[in-house]
Amino acid sequence: MSIYILCLILFSVGLYCVLRKRNLIKIIIGIGIMEYAANLFFILIGYRQEGRAPIYAHDQVINNMVDPLPQAVVLTSIVLGLALMLLLVAISIRIYEKYRTFDITKINRLKG
Amino acid sequence: MLEIHLILLFMIAAAIIAVEVRDMLSSVVAVGAVGIGLSLAFLVLKAPDLAIMQLVVEILSLIILVRATSHRDLPFSASGRWVFNTVSTISFILIFLVCAYISLLNLPVFGEPQLRELSKFYIDEARTLTGAENIVESIALRFRAYDSLGEATAIVVATIGVLAIARRVSIKGKADDER
Repeated sequence: MSIYILCLILFSVGLYCVLRKRNLIKIIIGIGIMEYAANLFFILIGYRQEGRAPIYAHDQVINNMVDPLPQAVVLTSIVLGLALMLLLVAISIRIYEKYRTFDITKINRLKG
Repeated sequence: MLEIHLILLFMIAAAIIAVEVRDMLSSVVAVGAVGIGLSLAFLVLKAPDLAIMQLVVEILSLIILVRATSHRDLPFSASGRWVFNTVSTISFILIFLVCAYISLLNLPVFGEPQLRELSKFYIDEARTLTGAENIVESIALRFRAYDSLGEATAIVVATIGVLAIARRVSIKGKADDER
């Protein structure tokens, strides 16, 4: 139980960063931290005490394996997180070239 | 499970440093430390495929973020409604934590997952149906191959988007001379 709460605290740090900071790069970092916490939570749910990695071996006891389904889902999620971060960084670099700042409170004027 | 607690505490400390430090390059390096800690946590939690994948992805995203922040520092400014912003943010996070705690009470205890029908089927039948030794790969590449196809499609779309956003020449044919 305590480990779920630690995972939630990690998520909250990312949430605080997204909601409170005014720098675009900091907001991207906060989104990344939230994504890490969500991935970790999936794996924590599937973990089995004294379990083994979900790979067959000769002396493997079937019932003693961690849940392979969350791992297969998170495998997709990690790669998509990289694509998300790449797109966000490209957009923020473009905004910087246009407005010369990363501060979101100063990116409010129309400019053609 | 002492080691996973220690790794998580390390990750939280690195995340707080990444959020609060003012130098952008230090912040990016601290978020890299969070990602490496997550890779270690995957290794401890018996997910070796994810540990390898997380390590590669973390290094790539670190390179991208350093490229974004180099020579573009922002002087810290705390003007505006500082008290109101902080109080509203923290109250929102507290509400979130209370709701999350209530929902945590219904989860199975850590370390004893209730394997449902689907996971049981994968564990029992994956070897005979696909011939793969690694169950995670057999799920990702055989049982849920359309998921992997959709993932590849999403990556292609993201790459096209980055190319469209970051190209130097505008539609009119003249170069953007802002830089």
